Amino acid sequence: ELCSVCPGDTSVLAGLYGPAEAKLSKELPDRAALEVLLRPKVGLPGVLERSREQLLRQTCEAAVLGVLHPRTAISLVLQVLSDAGSLLSCCLNAACMALLDAGLPLAALFCGVTCALQPDGAILLDPTARQEQEARAVLTFAIAGSDRKVLMATTKGSCSVEETQQCLAAAQRAAGTIFQFYRDSVRRRYSKC
Amino acid sequence: LFICSRTVEPLEYYRRFLKENCRPDGRELGEFRTTTVNIGKCLCSITTADGSALVKLGNTTVICGVKAELAAPAVDSANKGYIVPNVELPSLCAERFRSGPPGEEAQAASQFIADVIENSQMIVKEDLCIANGKLAWVLYCDIICLDYDGNLLDASVFALLAALKNVQLPLVTINEETGLSEVNLKQKNPLFIRKHPVATSFAIFDDTLLIVDPTAEEEDLATGTVTIVTDEEGRLCSVHKPGGSPLTGAKLQDCITRAITRHKEVKKLIDKVIKSITPK
Repeated sequence: ELCSVCPGDTSVLAGLYGPAEAKLSKELPDRAALEVLLRPKVGLPGVLERSREQLLRQTCEAAVLGVLHPRTAISLVLQVLSDAGSLLSCCLNAACMALLDAGLPLAALFCGVTCALQPDGAILLDPTARQEQEARAVLTFAIAGSDRKVLMATTKGSCSVEETQQCLAAAQRAAGTIFQFYRDSVRRRYSKC
Repeated sequence: LFICSRTVEPLEYYRRFLKENCRPDGRELGEFRTTTVNIGKCLCSITTADGSALVKLGNTTVICGVKAELAAPAVDSANKGYIVPNVELPSLCAERFRSGPPGEEAQAASQFIADVIENSQMIVKEDLCIANGKLAWVLYCDIICLDYDGNLLDASVFALLAALKNVQLPLVTINEETGLSEVNLKQKNPLFIRKHPVATSFAIFDDTLLIVDPTAEEEDLATGTVTIVTDEEGRLCSVHKPGGSPLTGAKLQDCITRAITRHKEVKKLIDKVIKSITPK
C-alpha cells in the first residue's frame, strides 16, 4: 500500500509491506517484527536516518497490535520526496496512513505534530524549514488518537519546562485536525470504489 | 504455594515486586544505582587521550575518551570548530551486540549524544576556532560501553561531560611569517564548558508505572522508555521518548521533576571528583 502525505511542501512517500513471512533470524515468537527504512532525498541513509527509524519503529510498534500476527514481518519504507520543514511529523503521518490503508490492526491512531518555539516565546505549529532554523527550540510529538496521550517526543534546542507543557497542549489540540484529515482521506478513498 | 520463576515468567516476577513499590535488586522505584566516576589520566587509564572519564552506573560501565585534532573549518561556518561524538557498543559489552558495523542502537545513541551537545550548548563551536577560516579544533569524543546493564544514555552523557571537563587543550598560534601553526604543549588550557547537561532515563511498565534507571533486564520487560536531559538552570535540553506506551502530560511532568532532582545529585558528584583530582 502506498501513500503520500504533503503538508505544504514537505512530502514523504510511505510503502507498507506485510504481514509477510519473516526471516528466521528476525522473527519474534509472539509478535510481528516491525522494520522501518527511511530513505533521505539525497545521499545514503546515515546516523540521523537510523535515529529517526528507531523513533518511528517504536512508535508504530506501540500502535500496531503485533500479537495478532506472530512470526511475521511488517516492513515500512519511507522515501523523502521533498523537505521544507516538519519532516519527522510528516513521516509519522505517512506511517499511520500507510498502516490504515494496509488494514493492519491498530490499538490507536497516531499523528505527528511539530511545534517551533520562536525567540519571542510564540508557539508555531508545522513550521517551515526557515522557521525551524530561527526557532529557539523545535519539539515533535506523536499524539495517540484515542486519549491524546504522548506516544513519542523528541526535542531540538532547549526550552523551559512550562514552554514544553504549553507546546504539548498545543500539539494535543492540533491533533484533532489531523485525525479529521485521516477520516476524510479514508472516506474519499472508499467512496470511489 | 505459588512459585514464580525469574527465568520462566520474568514479567510476573517483576510485577510481584512492583506491587510492593520496590524492585528485585532492593531499590525503590525512584532510586538510582550507585554512580561512580573516575576522571583523568591517573584514575581512568587512557593516557593518550586529551581527556577521559570512566563512569559506572551499577554494572553499566561506559568510558569516554576525547582526542583533539586540528583541521580547517568548513567553508560555510568559518568560525566554528567540530565536535564529533561516537557511541560504540562492542560485542564484549553484552551478548545481544554482534561484531561488525554499528547497529541501530549504537547509531541512535550517537545521534542522541550529538543532539544533547547541540541542544544544551555545553561547548559552543565558536570557542573551538583558533583562526577564522584557517584553523579550528576537532574534538573526537569516543564513548565505548564496556559492560551493558541498561541505562546506556545516562551513563554516556555523564561520561562525556566528565571527560570534557578533564580536557586540556594546548595553546596554538599561527606563525605570521610561515603561516604554519605552532603548538605549545607546555601551556594547556581547560575547555570552557558553558552548561552541564545530565540525562535521566525512565522505563515504563504496563503502561502506567515509571521506574528510574532501568537495568538491562528491566529494559527488556518494559513497554517504553523516556530520557530527559536537563541543565543546571532547570531548562530541558532534550525530551527523548522513542515510541513505547503512551504517557499523559502529567506523567511526563513527574519525569521532568525527578530529572531536575537527579541533576543536582550528579552535579555535586562531578564537582567533588573534579576538586579531588585538581592539583592544589
